[in-house]
Amino acid sequence: MKKIVFNTLLLVLLATAVQAQDKFFTKTGKISFFSSTPMEDIEAHNKTTTSVIDTKTGKLEFAVLMKAFQFEKALMEEHFNENYVESGKYPKASFSGAIANLSDVNFKKDGTYKVTVKGNLTLHGVTKAVEAPGTIIVKNGVVNAASTFNISPEDYKIAIPNLVREKIAKQIKVTVDMNYEPLKG
Amino acid sequence: MKKLKYTLLLLCLLVYTSGFAQDDLLSLLGEEEETTEYAKASFKTTRVINGHSLENVAGGVMDLKISHRFGMLNTGAYNLFGLDQASIRIGLDYGINDRLMIGGGRSSHNKVYDGFVKYKLLRQSSGKKTMPISLAILSGVYLKTIEWQQPERENYFSSRLEYTHQLILGRKFSEGTTLQFMPTVVHRNLVPTAEDAHDVILIGVAARQKLTKRVAINVEYYYALPEQLPADRKNSLAIGFDIETGGHVFQLHFTNSTSMIEPGFMTETIGDWGKGDIHFGFNVSRVFTIRKPKTE
Repeated sequence: MKKIVFNTLLLVLLATAVQAQDKFFTKTGKISFFSSTPMEDIEAHNKTTTSVIDTKTGKLEFAVLMKAFQFEKALMEEHFNENYVESGKYPKASFSGAIANLSDVNFKKDGTYKVTVKGNLTLHGVTKAVEAPGTIIVKNGVVNAASTFNISPEDYKIAIPNLVREKIAKQIKVTVDMNYEPLKG
Repeated sequence: MKKLKYTLLLLCLLVYTSGFAQDDLLSLLGEEEETTEYAKASFKTTRVINGHSLENVAGGVMDLKISHRFGMLNTGAYNLFGLDQASIRIGLDYGINDRLMIGGGRSSHNKVYDGFVKYKLLRQSSGKKTMPISLAILSGVYLKTIEWQQPERENYFSSRLEYTHQLILGRKFSEGTTLQFMPTVVHRNLVPTAEDAHDVILIGVAARQKLTKRVAINVEYYYALPEQLPADRKNSLAIGFDIETGGHVFQLHFTNSTSMIEPGFMTETIGDWGKGDIHFGFNVSRVFTIRKPKTE
């Protein structure tokens, strides 16, 4: 009996340890966006994105604090928070999805892998299915994930008045750059 | 003993399975660290209407202000309800950093040059650091360059100077509502008559209510404590709208004060709202980013 208990415990511990190595996380992920029109360029950076990636299932999640986006102009930052994304009401954007071609990636082997990520992006209280190409670079046990894709403010019910319509691009370029570390259980 | 082991085993398994059943990957990271969040955009600009709001311009930002007060509405259609006359102030504000701001301007009324320093002592915040109010301190100096009324007597340069010291204590109660109190002292080196006090103490109150994302209504009132000013002086009352268009903020308002600088509207207001001595006016504010903050 003693042996069974001991073995089970060992198994549980071992399993947890293995499970832990499958997951990678970051709290300092970078997300930036860029809007370019002939009138004005708008650029903002966020360096406090949290994300977890499960290499076993290919699942990944992001949480982005909207107020943490920094702009070159203070007034842009104010307009972004007050008028567009309404960060008082919707403080966070999030993404929950998975790597569609997980079998192409070997997280245990150094290398550069092209991936496609599919999932749901929630922004300004609106959830939409998105698909984006990405690159995963595995090097010395650290995982870097990068992606660039476009989103349209209108898709997320972000109303832009006619007066400034010409200053904000119809398609906003979003750049994601994450350095993941192993998540220790 | 055996029972205990079974319980332990069961507990381990439970913990183990619950760990697996977790869908939400982010919750694996545990509780988020709290950050300090400062209240922003309590007012649309650094001025409520005539007087200062608790807002500063951000560090590295310059704000060009052009303000007008037209004549009095009760001057009738002949003067197009005051629009034929105008008094103007052109000013610049600059944020040395997010808490310290300097500014200056020139008013046509009494040909006054003004300069001020405004510092935010306390900033309303929530989260890690909690501060229920914002507190700013404002000090201004004003130089009247209008010709002496009595050039024949000996006039001193110092007689042209006036000063204002003000505390601005306020709170943004919600996304749309802000209230502030402004205890103020105005010092005038030269006063017109012996019944005028050199130091005038006032209590100001101002409020903002956002009506839509881009339009807000503001009210501002300055109450001078009794027996400091001649009987014909009125307390300054102003009501206005802030309209934000993207790069500009237009402030349209009605006020019984002609002057747009502190000693002026606080101690020299003679307009009576009840009689229609009301000026229509506007402030236009345009910001320029001079020094860009480091983002990347």
